[in-house]
Amino acid sequence: MVGVPTIINLCLVWLPALASVVLSFTRWDGIGLEAIEWAGTRNYEEIVTTYPPFWPALAHNVIWLAFFILIATPAGLLLAVLLDKGIKGTRIYQSAIYLPVVLSLAIVGFIWQLLYSPDQGMINQLFNIEVDWFGNPRINLWAVLVAASWRHVGYVMILYLAGLKGVDPTLKEAAAIDGASEWQAFRKVVFPAMRPVNVVVLVITVIESLRAFDLVYVINGGRNGLELLSALVTQNIIGEASRIGYGSAIAAIMLVISTVFIVVYVTQILREEKA
Amino acid sequence: MPDSPSGAGLPAGVTRRGLFKGAAVSAFAVTVPSVLTACGGGGDGGGGGDSGSKTVTFGSNGSDEVPKKAYEAVFALYKKNSGVTVDVNTVDHNTFQEQINNYLQGRPDDVFTWFAGNRMKYFAQKGLVGDVSDVWEKVGGNFSDAMKKASTGDDGKQYFIPNLNYPWAWFYRKSIFAKHDYQPPTTWDELTALAKKMKGDGLVPIGFADKDGWPAFGTFDYLDMRMNGYDFHIALMAGEESWQDAKVKAVFDTWRELLPYHQTSALGRTWQEAAQGLQKKTTGMYLLGAFVAQQFPEEELDDFDFFPFPEVDSAVGVDAVEAPIDGYMLSRRPRNRDGSRKLLEFLASAEAENAYLKTDPTNVAVNSKADTSGYNGIQKKSAELISSAKSISQFLDRDANPTFASTVAIPSFQSFLKKPTDIGSILASMQKQAKSIYESD
Repeated sequence: MVGVPTIINLCLVWLPALASVVLSFTRWDGIGLEAIEWAGTRNYEEIVTTYPPFWPALAHNVIWLAFFILIATPAGLLLAVLLDKGIKGTRIYQSAIYLPVVLSLAIVGFIWQLLYSPDQGMINQLFNIEVDWFGNPRINLWAVLVAASWRHVGYVMILYLAGLKGVDPTLKEAAAIDGASEWQAFRKVVFPAMRPVNVVVLVITVIESLRAFDLVYVINGGRNGLELLSALVTQNIIGEASRIGYGSAIAAIMLVISTVFIVVYVTQILREEKA
Repeated sequence: MPDSPSGAGLPAGVTRRGLFKGAAVSAFAVTVPSVLTACGGGGDGGGGGDSGSKTVTFGSNGSDEVPKKAYEAVFALYKKNSGVTVDVNTVDHNTFQEQINNYLQGRPDDVFTWFAGNRMKYFAQKGLVGDVSDVWEKVGGNFSDAMKKASTGDDGKQYFIPNLNYPWAWFYRKSIFAKHDYQPPTTWDELTALAKKMKGDGLVPIGFADKDGWPAFGTFDYLDMRMNGYDFHIALMAGEESWQDAKVKAVFDTWRELLPYHQTSALGRTWQEAAQGLQKKTTGMYLLGAFVAQQFPEEELDDFDFFPFPEVDSAVGVDAVEAPIDGYMLSRRPRNRDGSRKLLEFLASAEAENAYLKTDPTNVAVNSKADTSGYNGIQKKSAELISSAKSISQFLDRDANPTFASTVAIPSFQSFLKKPTDIGSILASMQKQAKSIYESD
């Protein structure tokens, strides 16, 4: 029964991924298989030495991950906890905060462009300031992270709302009877009880950070302070520029980074299950 | 005219279709196309026998309203003349460019829109497009030698039928110039002095936008041609000259003198937004292609004018003009072989050109027999400027290797705009990358 999905998975996911790794050791303009030339590790060497956007892209991916883990995800959890208390109009709040999740990141990009545009954007008009939100490479990554978080927070919130509903209320009552403060009860009892949700949220956060792409691509093609590994892959492979080998090498680097996270995660899970 | 008249396959402004496209491409999907391309690469279509068919397919990048209507008018006329239906497949302008590689290797339309320059020669050299020398034998009389040269591949055969072009120049509003008694400058010093005066008068002297990366190429192309001449510029584009040449550095040094008069925060602005400044009379002048006129309401077009890029070095002069040519190409194995050649013949006629330009008033005909009596002021002046030129460049991303233009030139130029004093190290990096790209070309 699992055979068919496995074969489909192998053919459509792992074969292309492996082929991409093989291609990363070649030079190829994407036109005709006979044009593929073996290049050894040259693409990798060039990427780390003469390709200026590579290191910034790597750094931006790390910043993205850190920002999501340290700020966006906790913010989503906070909102979930607040809304879980059954305050008035909670459904309205829930829908409003969840709404961005329904939108494609590309649409999110468009909406924020209307807010951030230097000449006609709402933020600059409203506060009568002249900040180049998307053009200044020192601030545009943060501006984009705010936009991306706006969406991520809603996602995390909905997951935690479900998680909180799943926590047995008697646990909280027992903690209260034992004299735990609300914060202690949350930290020591409720949060650990949500372990399955925590794992899901963590995985989603990591995945969202590594595959972050469409927002920066819509804004400026992933250049000028918004370099991300995924955007570099696209620039080299999908566009008119066809450096298939080069782009594949960057993709392979991404694959390695993702694999590190996956391995850490899987070993963690296996170890805990044994314990 | 398109959003990005020459973007090197990058998002120019946000078009709705562009948005969805961006959404469709996800980081994890990008490893797949390389392999899918590999599978499709050898695909030997097997079509081509269908010569009796009354339909020809046409792949169009004219996704904006004006060119879309213009093509409709042209093909309606063709249907009337010949009874042949042209089946138009319109794709978003930028998407068309980005996907051209896969498009040409799959099952492309019989005839499709494309650009002259290296961008045409590249696909000709790769054998991805059809030879149209026989069409040129019939229609050659309609075009100047310069047009024929621009349509010829490295092997001496023709692969391109030109349709229209438009010059890059400094655009301004007559009323602003009249109000402050400004004179169009003819030398670099005059231009600098004018910019200074405009600043004093509270204007943004030079409109500027480079969020999409390509508009800044125009300034470089012109300065390089004015300072080092057309031949050097083209050799640089072809990878035969070094970006570390002192001559190239001199271009950027000269540009830097003028940068203080450019609109600030250019990297966060699209050309459409910068054009708004001109329209609202807050910007004094703007170096861009004639398509900038699309941002003006029709009744204001009379107030709109341009002056050519002034002289920088009197020994070099001003006889080079940047005027990208748009036109048509034939796919390598058209399904309707005879029909597509007949269509190209028609597209090369003055009749087709007239029908097109009637609907698109920002471009200029390249057909020497076309009717120019309906030209507006800008078109007349554009035509004069282009015909007076001794050499015509196609814009950096059309003259240079497309990979170099989009992955190296754009980020490097943006670095220069961010930190103009870093030009030495930027050029060194550009040259290193250029070497690696042109070597494998």
